[in-house]
Amino acid sequence: MSSTFDQIATIIAETCDIPRDTITPESHAIDDLGIDSLDFLDIAFAIDKAFGIKMPLEKWTQEVNDGKATTEQYFVLKNLAARIDELVAAKNASPGA
Amino acid sequence: MQLDSFQLIDRIVDLNIDGKTITVEAQVPQHHTIFEGHFPGFPIMPGVLLTEAMAQSSGWLLLGVMKFERMPFLAMVKEAKMRGFVSPGQLLTIEAKIEHEGSGFAVTSAKGRVGSELKCSADLTFRHIPFPDPALRVHMDAMAHKIGFPLQMIAP
Repeated sequence: MSSTFDQIATIIAETCDIPRDTITPESHAIDDLGIDSLDFLDIAFAIDKAFGIKMPLEKWTQEVNDGKATTEQYFVLKNLAARIDELVAAKNASPGA
Repeated sequence: MQLDSFQLIDRIVDLNIDGKTITVEAQVPQHHTIFEGHFPGFPIMPGVLLTEAMAQSSGWLLLGVMKFERMPFLAMVKEAKMRGFVSPGQLLTIEAKIEHEGSGFAVTSAKGRVGSELKCSADLTFRHIPFPDPALRVHMDAMAHKIGFPLQMIAP
């Protein structure tokens, strides 16, 4: 079973036509990979479907805009993978999961 | 259809909030200046307007699911297929359903038919945000009444 990062990287490569080997855990989705907000909607859709979650993009964006978080916390891919793992764990721990 | 005011939808035939589906009707006008250029001697509805009609159908569905608290805006069109000609005077029936509700966005699929014949289809992505201006909310309320949106379905 591939890691969360590997799955995200594959989704980004296929969605944005970025060579897979240029995507690393340290890559910043916006600053390094040049992914814009529209492409990120596509990526979010694919990630939501692949992991059965709903990434709280609006909450994350608000936190960044309010200075309560940095874009690195959510958009550096190793950090994004960690957030996704947290969301999957929360979903699996919730009643009825 | 009121093409001059970009109102592509005439009436909501069915809205299923729980099932996240909608069916609407759109009467293509018999005469309009659009058909003078598209095309002389062979008037058909432009594909962009069929796509817009599918987007507006999806938009009303999303408005209902979000209880008119947020406004959807078309962000992405995928797999738009014009499968057959739609001519002046024909009644277009459009069905849309929500495929995914994300954070601040939603994905729908829509199909347009004339009779039983599939004429167009598309996968559509919308961003949605709180109403950016009170005037828009007022306008959408007025439009909702005009097209028979079952507002009682979203009453608290």
